[in-house]
Amino acid sequence: MSGNAQGGLLGWIDARFPLTRMWNEHVAEYYAPKNFNFWYFFGSLALLVLVNQIVTGIFLTMHYKPSAEEAFGSVEYIMRDVDWGWLIRYMHSTGASAFFIVIYLHMFRAMLYGSYQRPRELIWILGMLIYLVLMAEAFMGYVLPWGQMSYWGAQVIISLFGAIPFFGDELVTWIRGDYVIGDATLNRFFALHVIALPLVLLALVVAHILALHEVGSNNPDGVDIKQHKDKDGKPLDGIPFHPYYTVKDIFGVGVFLFLCALVIFFAPEMGGLFLEYPNFERADPLATPDHIAPVWYFTPFYAILRAVPNDLAGVVLMFAAVIVLFFLPWLDRSPVRSIRYRGWMYKTALTLFVISFVVLGYLGTQPAGGLYTLLAQVGTLIYFGFFLLMPFYTSWDKTKPVPDRVTG
Amino acid sequence: MSNEGVDTGRRRFLTRATVAVGGAGALAALYPFLASMAPSERAQAAGAPVEIDVSRLEPGERLTTEWRGRPVWVVRRSDEMLERLRTQEIRLRDPDSDRDQQPEYARNLYRSIREEFLVLVGICTHLGCSPLYRPDAPAPEIHEQWTGGFFCPCHGSYFDLAGRVYAGVPAQLNMAVPPHRYVGDTVLVVGEDEGEAA
Amino acid sequence: MRKIILLVITGLLLAPMTAMAAWPKVPDVEGLELNLDVHNKASLQRGARLFHNYCLSCHSAQYMRYRRMAEDLGLPEDVVVESLMFTTDNIHETMQVAMPAEDAEQWFGQAPPDLSLIARSNGPRWVYTFLHGYYQDDERPVGMNNLVVSNTSMPHVLVELQGIQRAIYDEVNGETRFAGFELVQEGSMSPREYDRAVTDLVNYLTYISEPARLQRESIGLWVLIFLALFTMLAYMLKQEYWKDVH
Repeated sequence: MSGNAQGGLLGWIDARFPLTRMWNEHVAEYYAPKNFNFWYFFGSLALLVLVNQIVTGIFLTMHYKPSAEEAFGSVEYIMRDVDWGWLIRYMHSTGASAFFIVIYLHMFRAMLYGSYQRPRELIWILGMLIYLVLMAEAFMGYVLPWGQMSYWGAQVIISLFGAIPFFGDELVTWIRGDYVIGDATLNRFFALHVIALPLVLLALVVAHILALHEVGSNNPDGVDIKQHKDKDGKPLDGIPFHPYYTVKDIFGVGVFLFLCALVIFFAPEMGGLFLEYPNFERADPLATPDHIAPVWYFTPFYAILRAVPNDLAGVVLMFAAVIVLFFLPWLDRSPVRSIRYRGWMYKTALTLFVISFVVLGYLGTQPAGGLYTLLAQVGTLIYFGFFLLMPFYTSWDKTKPVPDRVTG
Repeated sequence: MSNEGVDTGRRRFLTRATVAVGGAGALAALYPFLASMAPSERAQAAGAPVEIDVSRLEPGERLTTEWRGRPVWVVRRSDEMLERLRTQEIRLRDPDSDRDQQPEYARNLYRSIREEFLVLVGICTHLGCSPLYRPDAPAPEIHEQWTGGFFCPCHGSYFDLAGRVYAGVPAQLNMAVPPHRYVGDTVLVVGEDEGEAA
Repeated sequence: MRKIILLVITGLLLAPMTAMAAWPKVPDVEGLELNLDVHNKASLQRGARLFHNYCLSCHSAQYMRYRRMAEDLGLPEDVVVESLMFTTDNIHETMQVAMPAEDAEQWFGQAPPDLSLIARSNGPRWVYTFLHGYYQDDERPVGMNNLVVSNTSMPHVLVELQGIQRAIYDEVNGETRFAGFELVQEGSMSPREYDRAVTDLVNYLTYISEPARLQRESIGLWVLIFLALFTMLAYMLKQEYWKDVH
């Protein structure tokens, strides 16, 4: 497979395009640590979901009408009149939620094993950019069906920008392209959702993978496998990605698709979490639903927004909650990467962080007020505490000695 | 890491089995996507059969209706027009309707179920213009021996009163007769074959 | 440690599910319990008859096509054309309403909403309780009120079937509380028959809110069987290759 002297079609191509070289570099001769565990499935699964969203999205745009007048009807048209349209739509809506589940687990893996630490800071930052674009993509996609939640969700989120001093109101009007949320808003969100953001997303994903393959994958032990190589220069604890991780990931894909199929075919609304029930009612600018809640993947941040009594401070804190993640590689002062060799402080902090994230996520789906607000405030404190105190507790923490080689 | 003692037969079998099953699944998954591009229920609704009451049509008169977005003509031919059809077979390209431009039940001299009623898709078989109805004869500006028919102003093709194309004009095929049937004496259904029920 | 993390993750996935951004709350009425079965064709057919006779004159179901309904319910098309279609004789049409929207607004104060998706946006139990929830109230212009939507502008269309009931209240700790309904004037149906009729109607509304549901579950089963087979093969393949890794 290597060498350019080969004949045939492949040889002809290789003389003109680095096909074999790229295959080897990124798949066949990319050496990954042999001790990947359950947490390492989610990168390839995220790629799979991305492909699913693009393919189903293309077929949805063949029938969808991006106008305030027709959007809702065209989605019902897809659900009823287009052959198999319901399946394509549910694959897309379930895929959106699956994307966030996979991405959250993928990010949590990085926090467990210190995958963002030197020399992988750039991989983390590119990943965070992907997450940011994904949030924008998901938000705009949710407006497109033009149901009650689409409309009022957009109303609330866009109004947030109005809290910005001096030019907030002008900014809001500019984003909407109208004095209310309407046809112009829907139309531009459609353009961004189907063209602009997916392009950016794809470029970022390519950069994320290139950066990873430049420095090599981390692993559950957080040890550097390039320290010990055999006489051919191959890492002793590394195995070629293909066939070992391709077959392993195919198995992971099987399990993942099984779970997705359960949702798509038997609970497409997922009890109102993946598709909110009020969104089956056409957008009505004159009647706000009783209770507006964003889709589940935004609720932790929504809870932070509402925890603060001040408009501007709430908005700032909500955005800060996302931005602070970018600084993780520099907040963490621990000499070790993996949680396996960290002390009790980091373990406690991470557990508290996960609990606060889940609790905030739950609170974001509930009406605000009373005990809920108090809980959200505590959750917000813990959330930010985890990051802002990290330089201290990670340097005080007592770590265990890291082994030389990966452990099974 | 070593490859010693590997059962290559089993390995190859499992690889092939997984690829085959996965490939079959991918092909099956392709089907809904391709099927979603076929005419939807709404498009089919627009293409539903059309009912026309032909009792009020005078001999020599034509009415135009729409079926699947295309004009469909119904011409009630007078006895004299039918007579003209019988006497002019010489200059036609396909006088016996050998080419498949009509249902089997309309493959006769008058290209119709009932002699007097001609049902045609009103589109020229050359490049898709809609020809003009010119039952008047003579009309030397079309042809010196014109005996009535349809004249396409786009590229000068012409057809007789059964929609048959004349020889030596750009169009090569007779005009199409759509599937149709009669319900009782007066109701014509365009878009459904004889014997097909609603 | 690993177990704890896995537990936390499961919690992460399950916690929001219990939260449920759910349907609007519906008051409980004693003796009322909805048993839905969208796969029961006989019930759907009875529901269709009720819907097309009682609802469709004021409410549309503008996303639902007659032909699809005929096919899914196993009804011959000519039967549907003759007995269930009143605004059109084209079976490919959607279920439009006979009454012009302006008239409706004048009569009821607002146009009656489209019912294509009512069972999906508000939930079957909401519709079910609403149709059971009319009671005598002399303060209302039409003499009726509704437990689910108080002061609804919709008249009790099924009153001849159900009869008239009144609401009973009792006092608990000085608070007046709804305690149930009592029939004061019998309708043409017994309470049991009426409950079955409403259940059929709700069943039908649930069906038209997502007609694809009839196919989706049976297709889903085959997809799951296929994926289980594929995953099993993939697992064996993975185990085979990973024999190399020590």
